[in-house]
Amino acid sequence: MAVRVRVPTPLRRFTGGEGEVPAEGSSIRQVIEDLEKRHAGIRERLLDDKGEIRRFVNIYLNGDDVRFLDSLNSKVKDGDDISIVPAIAGGV
Amino acid sequence: MSRKSAKNGADLVNREVVPTTRASSVLELIGNTPLLEITRLTRGLLRPGVRIFAKLEGFNPGGSVKDRPARKMLEVGLKSGDLRPGKTIIDSTSGNTGIALAMLGAVLGYPVELVMAANVSRERKKIIEAYGAKPIYSDPMKSSDGAIEKCREIIRDNPGKYFKPDQYNNEANSLAHFETTGPEIWQQTRGQVTHFIAGIGTSGTVMGTGRYLKSRNPEIRIIAVEPDDELHGLEGLKHMATAIVPGIYHENELDLKIPIGTEEAYEMVYALGQSEGVLVGQSSGAAMVAALKIARDLREGCIVTVFPDFGDKYLSTNLWIGWQEWRRERLAQVLSKWNASTNVTT
Repeated sequence: MAVRVRVPTPLRRFTGGEGEVPAEGSSIRQVIEDLEKRHAGIRERLLDDKGEIRRFVNIYLNGDDVRFLDSLNSKVKDGDDISIVPAIAGGV
Repeated sequence: MSRKSAKNGADLVNREVVPTTRASSVLELIGNTPLLEITRLTRGLLRPGVRIFAKLEGFNPGGSVKDRPARKMLEVGLKSGDLRPGKTIIDSTSGNTGIALAMLGAVLGYPVELVMAANVSRERKKIIEAYGAKPIYSDPMKSSDGAIEKCREIIRDNPGKYFKPDQYNNEANSLAHFETTGPEIWQQTRGQVTHFIAGIGTSGTVMGTGRYLKSRNPEIRIIAVEPDDELHGLEGLKHMATAIVPGIYHENELDLKIPIGTEEAYEMVYALGQSEGVLVGQSSGAAMVAALKIARDLREGCIVTVFPDFGDKYLSTNLWIGWQEWRRERLAQVLSKWNASTNVTT
């Protein structure tokens, strides 16, 4: 399944500055693995050492937080829109 | 961790540090926050001559340390005439400065507009609106730097309308801490402070307080705390290497900068709640982790750090994801230690 992934500014150093990148996979986990192949280093920023989504990272599948779907096992279809959003604004 | 239960309550309060206050405006209630010694969490970890204190900035009327610079920036603006009737106060802030400006705008009678990334916590949005201020949302993908850019655009489109305190570049921000936070810490520790540790967001706290403390005793070490990575979950703190660097930030005035991980800061928040009875935000957790890292290498010292706010504004945020699991793991650790010691004695 071919999808588009929106990448926040703090992760664009891994995507050569791109804010949106293509990826493939039939679940969120597979999409992240594919992102890692294309942009080495990005998986560690998204997943902790137990392989779970880091607490300060939100991943949205077509606008829905995957934590309220099936988390990393959420199914992905062709053309789906995935967004990685930092859980906080980082401001003061 | 063992906990002593209180006996009669008679000796629980040191009356000296509980001021009786009466005021005719919340403006007068800003500052003079208490200094709490962290004793339960640190039991057995520190050498006898080392103490850690936290300045509880959540006691400010707007609920955070940001009341101090917000008041000072508006005061300087009013004195210079840049802030005058007819002006609207605007700034890019995702949080505590916005709340402080909203509160002060209400008291002083000025409209307030605040630009923030759309993914700030629900509590913050509601608090800001409750004070009568107008929130304007920027792209959450661009974090706080996106809010800074959008705020610039709004002012450019209507330059005469606004007064922008500009907390990142306004020296009145640091000055507030030079005039209040620094002297309070000096007085509360009776000049015994040896290390001052604070997180960097705008850097106003660490710059202004540090500058004051160095003026009293140049030997005092000034230490800044920052997230260990550009992508982090420490609301209120900035990763200086990758962020837009505030104009008031002067790295040469720091003795040390400590990177702190989001997860360790979150766990410290849980630990502070359960051991000290202080529920704080994630930047306080990061400050406490840094204080412990400094403290464990010291033979003697009086470390003062800043807890910028309490934790109630973060209850709906990702800070609390996974915390039940953390609690279960900690309980399992405690039980296994207890079981081990039982085995030895039987």
